[in-house]
This record gives sequence, structure tokens and C-alpha cells, in this order.
Amino acid sequence: MIEIIDAERCTSCEICVSVCPTNVFDKTDGIPRIARQGDCQTCFLCELYCPEDALFVSPFADAPQEVDVAALKEAAVLGSYRRAVGWTDESRHLRDADRSYRLFGH
Amino acid sequence: MTNPSGRAEKLSGSAGSLVFGADVLVLGGGPAGTWAAISAAEHGARVVLADKGFCGTSGATAAAGTGVWYVDPDPERREAAMAGREKLGGHLQDRRWMTRVLDRTYAQSNRLADWGYPYPADEDGKSQRNSLQGPEYMRLMRKRTKQSGVTILDHAPALELLVDGSGVVAGAAGLRRQKGDRWAVNAKAVVIATGGCAFLSKTLGSNVLTGDGYLLAAEAGAEFTSMEFSNAYAISPAFGSVTKTLFYSWASFTDEQGSVIPGASSKGGRSVIARALRKGSVYAQLEEADAETQRHMRVSQPNFFLPFDRTGIDPFTQRFPITLRLEGTVRGTGGLRIIDDSCATTVPGLYAAGDAATRELICGGFTGGGSHNAAWAMSSGYWAGQGAAEFAYQLGSTNGRQAFRRGTVGLHSRNGRQLQPDVLTRNVQDEVFPYELNYFREAGRLGESLRRLDGLWSNASKAGPSDEQHLLRAREAAAMLATARWMYRSALARQESRGMHRRDDYPEQDDRYLHLVTTGGLDEVWTSARPLVSAQYSEAAE
Repeated sequence: MIEIIDAERCTSCEICVSVCPTNVFDKTDGIPRIARQGDCQTCFLCELYCPEDALFVSPFADAPQEVDVAALKEAAVLGSYRRAVGWTDESRHLRDADRSYRLFGH
Repeated sequence: MTNPSGRAEKLSGSAGSLVFGADVLVLGGGPAGTWAAISAAEHGARVVLADKGFCGTSGATAAAGTGVWYVDPDPERREAAMAGREKLGGHLQDRRWMTRVLDRTYAQSNRLADWGYPYPADEDGKSQRNSLQGPEYMRLMRKRTKQSGVTILDHAPALELLVDGSGVVAGAAGLRRQKGDRWAVNAKAVVIATGGCAFLSKTLGSNVLTGDGYLLAAEAGAEFTSMEFSNAYAISPAFGSVTKTLFYSWASFTDEQGSVIPGASSKGGRSVIARALRKGSVYAQLEEADAETQRHMRVSQPNFFLPFDRTGIDPFTQRFPITLRLEGTVRGTGGLRIIDDSCATTVPGLYAAGDAATRELICGGFTGGGSHNAAWAMSSGYWAGQGAAEFAYQLGSTNGRQAFRRGTVGLHSRNGRQLQPDVLTRNVQDEVFPYELNYFREAGRLGESLRRLDGLWSNASKAGPSDEQHLLRAREAAAMLATARWMYRSALARQESRGMHRRDDYPEQDDRYLHLVTTGGLDEVWTSARPLVSAQYSEAAE
């Protein structure tokens, strides 16, 4: 489930509010609010679309988890999915790295 | 012949609502919906697309990645691609549809390349087009949909269809949940591309898929088919949402003590896993993947590794607990019945595409998960969009046409009671999640479950929403309940095991059931047998 919108990094662009398919976030005057955490389907897409690497989705789908933001930032976990998918400038070469055709037929 | 100037017209609506006039309204913004919208626009229609979530991220494809049934137009390869599935599907497929889907998928996939989709090249430099990365694919599809002149309404769930005095579909109405108001689209044709129903099981990306389109189509009189092929379960870490069953073909499966579970396998042995899960925890470890395979897995499906990397588990060297999450009709094969090559339903002006439509035509009774569903979304989306645009053109002017709302359950209270969506959702999940009810089916258990579901329906059908905030949830819960009843009534009607449908009391395939099961109805759910007659479909209108 979505656990964190990091106040230091968030620029209130509200992309997460728009792109969340299950409408978990609400707009505010400042950073968006995780208004309906229980509706999070743990699809990681808000994290992927966040241009500031301000969000963290815990992999636990059925229950909220305590998370240590400082440690996550220290370990560069925030934004790790976006980098792996090739959606950052330095990882663009990964956009066509799909090797599924080598895995089918197993 | 794109028509970017032919945008849907914004009409003046009553206070608190947004009203559009359009030729074609597409409900759902996943692969099928976006292909339908683009196709309708390319055939000259003014199009509105309304998505419950956000077109580009919502649906089963966007969050994941998918294989695509993309086969080079080589007669031998095509023959093998079709023949390979016929036994699995219990010989319920239609060769003519398989052929046209293979042709259309080939064409649409190649258009994606023209539009800039970054297909990988293999060692020989050949572009490989039988797989798509969900986020990348659907980001591109949103862009192309907008460029086609389609008006997109995000976070705009449809609540009910509109029909004219003769029962012809005339649009739909719904909510704009982030604006707190209502929308209505007066349209000459509607495409249902709202996906299947996974019952809020948190199988990856599927929690927007609650059968909403089924319910509103049924209220207008639409029929369903192959709803008994609805017992797909996917493997995921016990704690997580990432269902990527393909990768478990490199797994060993063990019990609490670490003993290998005999016969457990991702393919052909998933029922063994389901039986073991009824007794206790089951663990997997992807120990059969060599270093090269591990590298391919990492770059092909980065999200598969998020649950592991973020919990410090190495899935290749460590055991982790798994579960099976219900995928229902998302990776089953049933859905709205299609009556001709344009993907028309039994309701005039109403078309169906993608997982909302039946995939029996290419999958028979076996799961179409992944490749076949992706190919079907592209193909049926294209045809439904074209068919809807042509229907709208034939209809001509609809000035002065009256539209009537067809929504029932959860919208208006007829008995003063309020529908409690969360309670109803849990009640429905209790009937469809358990393996002993849905995975392993048997007349007595199915019958008992149906009695409980019918009881829930008779309580819910006359109840209204508790308040505006719960309107969508009430409709979703009602749609899941209706879907469960069509599934189980159809499952009872098929007294054999065929394709993915397995009956403990009838473990063998029985050729007396070499037909399709049609179902429908709301207060009274009915089924009937329909013969396999490929000739019943009219010739291609293309």
C-alpha cells in the first residue's frame, strides 16, 4: 500500500492524484493527502509517475506498514521502480530492454 | 482519415452535471477501450471515453506487462498457434475468429511500432513484438487517443446506460468522482470496455475491475456467455499484489517443513497448490532460473521484484510464502455475448471489447490471460470502435430523441433500505474466493452458494445507496454479486470438466456438453445451451 508522500520532495504537482486508478489521494492546498489508503491496490503506478521520487509504495498489499523514510532515501529506494522501468533520463536505455521473448515457452 | 476537429460536443446540462453529445461513447480506458476510441474516431465518429480511474493507468494491463498473441503471418506458425490452444480450450474456439484476431493483432502491433512503442530487438536485430510493458504501452495509448480527437473523462465511472424508447442504447450517465458532480453522454452507440471482474482481490491492477460494465449492459438486456470459465487464480507472494504466474515456472513449491509438494506447478499443477493452501502455508523459490534467465526476468518485469527487493528476500535463493489470488473473469474467458463480426451485443447500439466481452471465440474454455487477452483487446477494440461508428452513422440524426435511464440496483431505494457496499462486497468475496467453492466445483456446494447469493440479491436489488459517497461502491458491490450469480449458474449448467472449468462430481470432459452456455438476467438468472455454429456469425464487415 502507498505509505509515504515525502514532504521534502513533493512539489504538489498532483500527478499522483490524477493517475491513481483507485482514487486514493485527495488534493489539498499543499501536498496531496493519502485519503483512502485502504483502496490502494498496490500497483506501484503512482510511484512510477511521480517525477520527484517522493512516493513510496510498500509491497504489503493487505495491511499498512511502518516505514522509515530517511532509510528509504538513504538506500535510494524511492524512485527505484521508475529507474528500473527506464523512465528517468539516466535509465532511458532500459525502455526497450524487455527480454520476455526469451522467457516465453518455458 | 483522422478527424481531430470532430470533437464531441459539450452541451449545457443541469446544475452540477456535465453533458456531452457524441456519436460513440467508450466506457473503459484500458487497451480495449483506447483501441476502440481510436478506431471509432478514425472511422469518422465524435468520441468520448469515460474511465472509472485514469486512462493510462487503470486496468489489468497498465500495472503489469503482457504477452501478446502476435504471430508472423506464416501459415505453419499460424496453424501451430491455433492448434496449440484447441485442446486446452476444450474445442470451443472458432477458427475463423482466431484467424481474424491473429491478422488484426499483427496489424495493430505494427501500428504501435509506427507510433514509437520501444519494442526490443533480438540478437539478430529483429524487432520482437509479442510482449508489451504495461505502463509504457498504456501511456502511449492515452497519448494516441487524445491525438485522435477523443474527449477523455478520467475518474468518471459510468453508473447506468441510457436507452431510447425502442431499447436502442442512447448513451450513459455517471459520476466525476474528483469533481463531485455527474456526467451524461448522449451517444448514438456505446462500447463497453470496462474489463472483467476480479472481485477486489488485489490481483495486480485489477481492483477497478468489478464487473460494472456487465451490470449496466445486463440492465439494458445484454446476454453473457462462457461465464463458467471464471475460476482463474494467480500466484503471488502471500503478502503482495504482484501476480506474475509465468515466472513461477522456474519455481519449486514446498510446505511449512520444506518438503517439496508433489505435483505442485504453476502450469498444470496449480490445483495442487490450491489444495495445499487449504492445509497450510505454501512456499516458492525460483531456484530453476539460471543467471542469464534471472537477468532477463529483471529487465522484463521490474515490478515482479519490488515485493522481494523491498522485503529483503532473494526469490532465487530463499523461500517465500505464496498465495493464489482470484482473477475471476479477467483471466477467465466469459463476458458479454458478441453476435457478429463488429462485436455487437444483443442490445442494438451496444458493443463490447476486451475482457468485458467473451473471449471464447479464440480461447474456448481455457484462460486467455496474457497473450490472448491482449490480442483480443487490440482486435475487438478495433472492431467494436468501427462497428459503433458505423452504427452511429446509419442512425443519422437523433435530434429530439428521448433517453431513459436503465440503472436499477443501488441507485434508487424501492424498499427504504440502504445497500451496505462493504458488507455486501465481503459477502460476495466469501462465495467466490474459497478454492472449495470456485476452483473445485461441485453441485451441492455451488447450489448452496447460489442460494446465499440469490438471497443477497433479493435484499440488495431494491435497496438504494446510503449516500452519494457510496454510490459507486454500491454499484460495484451489486455488479460483483450479479457476476457471481452468472458464473455459478453457468458452472452448474456445465456438468463436466472442460477447459479451466473443473467439477469434482464430473471430472471428465463429456461431449454432450460440446456447446456454449449463455446466461443473463438480474432478479431471475437463466442459462441456456447454445450450439457451436461458426456460421451464425455474419461475414466480416470490414
